[in-house]
Amino acid sequence: MRSLRSTELALGLALLATACNQGGTDDAARKTPAAAPASAAAAPAPAAPADTGGSAKGDFGPPQGEPIHAVLTDPPFVPPPTNRKHPAKVIVDLEVQEVTKTISPGVDYTFWTFGGVVPGKFIRVRQGDTVEFHLKNHPSSKMPHNIDLHAVTGPGGGAASSFTAPGHESQFTFKALNQGLYIYHCATAPVGMHVANGMYGLILIEPPEGLPPVDKEFYVVQGDFYTVGKYREKGEQPFDMQKAIEENATYVLFNGSEGALVGENALKAKVGETVRMYLGNGGPNLVSSFHVIGEIFDKVYYEGGTRYQENVQTTLIPAGGSAIVDFKLEVPGTYVLVDHSLFRAFNKGALGMLKVDGEENKPVYSGKEVDSVYISDKVVNGKAIEQATAAMAKGTLTKEQQIEAGKKLYLGTCSVCHQQAGEGIPSVFPPLAKSDYLVADKKRAVEIVLNGLTGPIKVNGADFNSTMPPMSQLNDDEVANILTFVLNSWGNSGGIVSPKEVEEIRATTKRPPGAAH
Amino acid sequence: MWILALAFVAALTATSTAAATTGDMAVVGPGTHRPLYPASPEAAEKGVPVAAFRLDRTPVSEGDFLAFVKKNPQWRRDRVARLFADQNYLAHWAGPEAPGGDLRAPVTRVSWFAAKAYCAAQGKRLPTEDEWELAAAASEAAADGRADPAWTQRILDWYARPNEARPVGQGPANFWGVRDLHGLVWEWVYDFNASMVANDRDAAARFCGAAAVSAQDKNDYASFMRLAFRSSLRADYTTANLGFRCAADAKGSVR
Repeated sequence: MRSLRSTELALGLALLATACNQGGTDDAARKTPAAAPASAAAAPAPAAPADTGGSAKGDFGPPQGEPIHAVLTDPPFVPPPTNRKHPAKVIVDLEVQEVTKTISPGVDYTFWTFGGVVPGKFIRVRQGDTVEFHLKNHPSSKMPHNIDLHAVTGPGGGAASSFTAPGHESQFTFKALNQGLYIYHCATAPVGMHVANGMYGLILIEPPEGLPPVDKEFYVVQGDFYTVGKYREKGEQPFDMQKAIEENATYVLFNGSEGALVGENALKAKVGETVRMYLGNGGPNLVSSFHVIGEIFDKVYYEGGTRYQENVQTTLIPAGGSAIVDFKLEVPGTYVLVDHSLFRAFNKGALGMLKVDGEENKPVYSGKEVDSVYISDKVVNGKAIEQATAAMAKGTLTKEQQIEAGKKLYLGTCSVCHQQAGEGIPSVFPPLAKSDYLVADKKRAVEIVLNGLTGPIKVNGADFNSTMPPMSQLNDDEVANILTFVLNSWGNSGGIVSPKEVEEIRATTKRPPGAAH
Repeated sequence: MWILALAFVAALTATSTAAATTGDMAVVGPGTHRPLYPASPEAAEKGVPVAAFRLDRTPVSEGDFLAFVKKNPQWRRDRVARLFADQNYLAHWAGPEAPGGDLRAPVTRVSWFAAKAYCAAQGKRLPTEDEWELAAAASEAAADGRADPAWTQRILDWYARPNEARPVGQGPANFWGVRDLHGLVWEWVYDFNASMVANDRDAAARFCGAAAVSAQDKNDYASFMRLAFRSSLRADYTTANLGFRCAADAKGSVR
């Protein structure tokens, strides 16, 4: 193995040198490998693994047996393996639907979808299968749509053959010549907008022998979203073309919603199981640095291809690309899926959770389990928040609704430092429970949440000298609800902070440079 | 030319304040339309001149179309030749001569053939794509509103919302006194598939990123979407949010 590596290294250097000597032209680089085998032949190198032959060896003849209707699944679920030994004709029925759904608690967005879900339905066939694709466009759709499957060999990947007006249907057929995990997406102009609205999904072309069996399979696709309102601004939010052009995402999400993979929607598995994630990145703009906090990928079929890398911490998923990751679970707890471009995880929603049940495994991991992950803004699935938003819009917001919504938001945003019962952490994070500093000045409390606070303060007789960043991601109503909750909890003296008060203070106080809004 | 156009507008302002009755027409142009995919280098540079023409101030309503169908029973949904309209033609109506819903709503689920026949029956015709786009480029304040980001965002917002039914004529009158060109329904034009057929051997080149290669204004997303929509159609197609309005040559003008 060692000798092989040095041979490779030598070859690489030779290649580099040759390229430089000859001015580094493309031609020179292309010619060099042809000469390489002669020098490498001296060492008895073990046979390199045979390649799969790509599309040249992907045609296993005409389809056999009766046509099969493909099982399509909503994310995060994956259809069962085909378990087939022969090529078949597989019929795929997919309907485009334009639907309004929750993108974040209290925030609605009109998604354009393949099958009513973001990402679109998962398609699974076997290499060599003949796929008869029926693309329907729901009669209520505003837009024409089509589909470009990256698994298709042929100009446009099916796009030209599948361009479909609302209320109509198109049909085309392709043979799946290459194995691998492929993105499909709408390719109707303006394509970026169609993709930004959620029009992408994954199609798996299984190798003829199938993939190695695992215990659980999941389907997760990242996408970036651009709304006119800022992050978590409540109500119905339209697509913002300018932000999309500037690649200034409002949301970066797994499976199309902040709540898609958290709380009761978290992915679930057991200690001892091996899980596989079929990962995609719809884009339209951003590249994902996909990472699972607390896990190491045992295998990564990088870029969704045939080969795998082992023992990987973070894998890159290009926009319009994919990856398959396998890992065995040894330790129970909550594993957080993130785009390790961390502001996307902290401030734009790129978070998911895998909850693993089972016996503690102290020899592998002794640490105490803290369910409050170190990501600052835990996503909260809150009916209470939506109710408060609706009530505020109607002008009927009550103190009780503010407290209920504020509680959820507090647990999401504030409890990481100030702790669940507002007790804080001695000498690091000041308490909010029975806090003399807090109740002394309501306006100051609002200012601190909006603008942050740095430097020495005295709370309940104890000294603190720390930094709280401005919570600039919070909207006026959220700040009001959080503070109303805090003022009415843990022995504090009560009171109400209204969204209007927050709005006024926001308008009249200065934020540190860099703080948003 | 522009002075002439402004004179027309001045003449129209008085009538355009009240919501127009259907079939009432406004004079649009003359002007220059800048197509997203110009047919020639000259058109790319100078735009396409559009002579003054008349255009219905509102889309054709369900009530208007009902009257047409009653007078021309060959256009009833149960009698229309399948060649001229697909199986969803007027499918939302309660019966062949009964829209069932609001008669003031824009008629939808009509084919190009049916729209063309309707206009002919009124002594009118369908607007050309250039004419329609010239009229639709106008905001309330300007003959060309496309440089106004607030206006273009409002158009995009409609594309981002689910369908809603409301009567024709409730949208604001634009510079020419024409309403509902945006924000209500898509509309047929006479040469709806011309830009795909005439200027491009390979329509597939318009898909994905390739669509941007030859486009004049890559940020004109609304035009992209109208173009995409029109090019997805065939003349017998009907869809739930596709209606039309009629045009006519300006009186005394020669086209």
